Amino acid sequence: MLEFLSQHALPAALVALGGLALVFGAVLGFAAVRFKVEGDPIVEQLDALLPQTQCGQCGYPGCRPYAQAIANGDAINKCPPGGQTTINAIAGLLDVEAPELDAEHGEEQAVQKVALIREAECIGCTKCIQACPVDAILGAAKQMHTVIADECTGCDLCVEPCPVDCIDMVARETTLKDWQWELPSPNGNLIATDRVQGAAA
Amino acid sequence: MSEQHSTQSTPKIWPLHGGIHPPENKAQSLTLPLGEIPLPEYLVLPLQQHIGTAAEAVVKVGERVLAGQMIAAAKGLVSAPVHASTSGVVVAIEKRPIAHPSGLEDDCIVIETDARDEWIELVPCQDYTALTHEQLLEKIRNAGIAGMGGAGFPTAVKLNPRANQIIDTLIINGTECEPYITADDILMQTHAEDIIAGVQLLAHMLGQPRHLLIGIEDNKPEAIAAMEKAAAGTGICIRVFPTKYPSGGEKQLIQILTGKEVPHGGLPADIGIVCQNIGSTFAAWKAVRFGAPLTSRVTTVVGKALQTQRNITALLGTPIEHILRQHGFNPERCSRLVMGGPMMGFALPTTAAPVVKTTNCILAPTEAELPAPTPAQACIRCGMCAQACPANLLPQQLYWYSQAQDYDKLQAHDLFDCIECGACAYICPSNIPLVQYYRASKGQIRQQEADRQKADRSRQRFEFRKQRIDKAEAEKEAKRLARKRAAEKAREQQSTAETKPDPVAQAMARVKARHNSPEHSPQHQREKLERAVASAEDRLRNAREKEKEKGTVTNENHLSPIRFTIT
Amino acid sequence: MTDFLVILLSTILVNNFVLVQFLGLCPFMGVSNKLETAIGMGGATTFVLTLASICSYLVHTWILVPLQLEFLRTISFILVIAVVVQFAKMFIEKTSPLLYRVLGVFLPLITTNCAVLGVALQNTTKAHTFFESSVYGFGAALGFSLVLILFSAMRERLAVADVPAPFKGAAIGMITAGLMSLAFMGFSGLV
Repeated sequence: MLEFLSQHALPAALVALGGLALVFGAVLGFAAVRFKVEGDPIVEQLDALLPQTQCGQCGYPGCRPYAQAIANGDAINKCPPGGQTTINAIAGLLDVEAPELDAEHGEEQAVQKVALIREAECIGCTKCIQACPVDAILGAAKQMHTVIADECTGCDLCVEPCPVDCIDMVARETTLKDWQWELPSPNGNLIATDRVQGAAA
Repeated sequence: MSEQHSTQSTPKIWPLHGGIHPPENKAQSLTLPLGEIPLPEYLVLPLQQHIGTAAEAVVKVGERVLAGQMIAAAKGLVSAPVHASTSGVVVAIEKRPIAHPSGLEDDCIVIETDARDEWIELVPCQDYTALTHEQLLEKIRNAGIAGMGGAGFPTAVKLNPRANQIIDTLIINGTECEPYITADDILMQTHAEDIIAGVQLLAHMLGQPRHLLIGIEDNKPEAIAAMEKAAAGTGICIRVFPTKYPSGGEKQLIQILTGKEVPHGGLPADIGIVCQNIGSTFAAWKAVRFGAPLTSRVTTVVGKALQTQRNITALLGTPIEHILRQHGFNPERCSRLVMGGPMMGFALPTTAAPVVKTTNCILAPTEAELPAPTPAQACIRCGMCAQACPANLLPQQLYWYSQAQDYDKLQAHDLFDCIECGACAYICPSNIPLVQYYRASKGQIRQQEADRQKADRSRQRFEFRKQRIDKAEAEKEAKRLARKRAAEKAREQQSTAETKPDPVAQAMARVKARHNSPEHSPQHQREKLERAVASAEDRLRNAREKEKEKGTVTNENHLSPIRFTIT
Repeated sequence: MTDFLVILLSTILVNNFVLVQFLGLCPFMGVSNKLETAIGMGGATTFVLTLASICSYLVHTWILVPLQLEFLRTISFILVIAVVVQFAKMFIEKTSPLLYRVLGVFLPLITTNCAVLGVALQNTTKAHTFFESSVYGFGAALGFSLVLILFSAMRERLAVADVPAPFKGAAIGMITAGLMSLAFMGFSGLV
């Protein structure tokens, strides 16, 4: 058999390569079973990057459903409260390009906002309490409603349902506790560079 | 006593890594003796003059307070109370400008001083060894003593290490490495005995540590002489070491005097060391021995924009403008008014800010003394900053990552171990304001962490709300199901049991019977209606006759209600 | 023994596969953006290269040579390499999903890494023995990993540095690689 094969190249080649392919195929088949991977905890990791405002501007009822949608292939640029930083972080996690924020879903806010109820006009209807996705409004039927400022994410969902329109979105004030130094602006750069402040590696 | 405290014949001093030698500028403020200034009209006492939770006011507006009276109580463990520095009336408890680089305001108690300076009754203590550890801590805590070297950490907390932390070295920080500042220097010259007594008190409270060291830089010869004289025979060692900035930092001083390094993210107590500022030691002694709370401190008032440059004992809460007036301040000549020294101080946004427990210096330099910073140029990667850093960090790498806002890399390079001493910025040939980058990045990282925690909380609340709503829905569904099943069961029972007379059919039968009764015949009904009309006509006639008798009211008014009911 | 040391020195420094022989440049430029990715890629390539060079040697010696099928070298080596890479991919996906995600498409692209095929073919041209082949493959991988890690550390610093606008990104990377290559020329003549 070996002499026959060594004389005739074509059958030898076919047998050799075919034999190799069979052997390797068996090895890979065994490896595929042995090293099988279940599930994919990517949804958790995506959810951890989203800002948790639960505002619904992305079109999904909360941040976790949107994370699920991204894992199933939806676009990653639909979150205005997260802004470009979140888009970049998600792009880094999924190892894809980081697109611009999709303006169809809203603009990125420069200043953080908090809801404020004008208590003189509140009628105690509980519509805003039912609308708040993080239960940040304290109150009960026919009792005064008030926003717990520390828990409010600025999602805006309470403003619509209010029948007397007594909810304002005000800018969050800087107190002594959360005042920060600012990054010095680069000046005197002798080399022309278009590096944007804050572009990370 | 001397057996317990070891005294080495040739004390070893470890060299400081890096460090710089800025011009000392300490002579100007030492020519005059320690002075006093007249009482200001108002005292503004911020409720937060220390690290930790702000104190809570315990007096009301309009109340008269005496000097040394507690006007704000400590809140929680890491906190310190505030006392009135002199007697007067509380005129306001409101937000006032404070000495903070942001220029923001904070809650302060404002006292209008009367010139009487009446004190509360102080409780002195002749022999503190008779008191328990808790009692001594209580005295120090109630005296409102915080770290007076500039940090402001409540002293009572530092003197109460955990049970598993055996303190083997007490270091008193008399270094005062920053240029211009001489407050601790003059305190050592004038009150050396009290300070030594304070050291012995602290040693007693910490269970008699083996080593008692006082670190002083070699540019303070008079202070060293005074302290050595006072410490003779007590077992307390005065360690003198070469002047270098920033040897006075807590971690740096510990390394110089003991060669040990405080672990990353840890406290000196973790390696058995407690470090106290010399001013805090003095205040602690006064608190225990004389019962006097912290109401004043030595502050260096220096700078060529002032006519007089010296150290003063300033009452806490004195507005800085009052001090500046007393020293002939010329605002036109002053380039920037700085609280603290030229390295680690900050520019005061307003002179209305008051002196607080951590105000060690007020610097009013001219333009020539402290010129405006030259514009920054590109980094030339010379590496001088890494040579100068006392904490062994890599300032150049921190600079690059701070510009790129790469927080992971910043933390990997131990950004939070930076003590913000400014040695790297001082030595940078390109004049890059390095410390500002690090401060900004630290703030951004803290903000990011706070945002992440808030996001986690929001997520929890959202999920809990979802659970709550789902549970409510499920209960409603369950109830509806139960009702439906009960109704079905009842219907089943009904169909199998004897046919009970249908109540609806019975009711209809009754109605039909009523209709067919003789009482309901059309004849009968018409007679009934005729009778009703007759009686109504009678009533109308009677009413009209009555009305004619009265004669005052018009027909319209009487008839209108009837008209309404008919329509 | 010295023989193996000489082979190692030769493959890691003197005839470094990336900087001197200019093989395997695709993952060299593509994966060197972050240090962790580079270390992961270095590890994966070491695994693949060593295993592939051993298997190639075995296939060559025991199947191709007896059947006088040396002309099938290239295709059978490619077959071997593809199988080893697929095996490595499954192994990495199971043991370290993070590394798997980080490497992304560059993991299957090790198949087309000319350094791997280059090692296998050079083993046959230089008529190495079994042990020489395996050490050669291992050394080549070490050299590749070394250069990859050095280069990625430099690229991380370049990313945050003040690079002039026309040079940002791949351009400054290429220049840096060229300078590194110049530096490695200094080893020539060592062995």
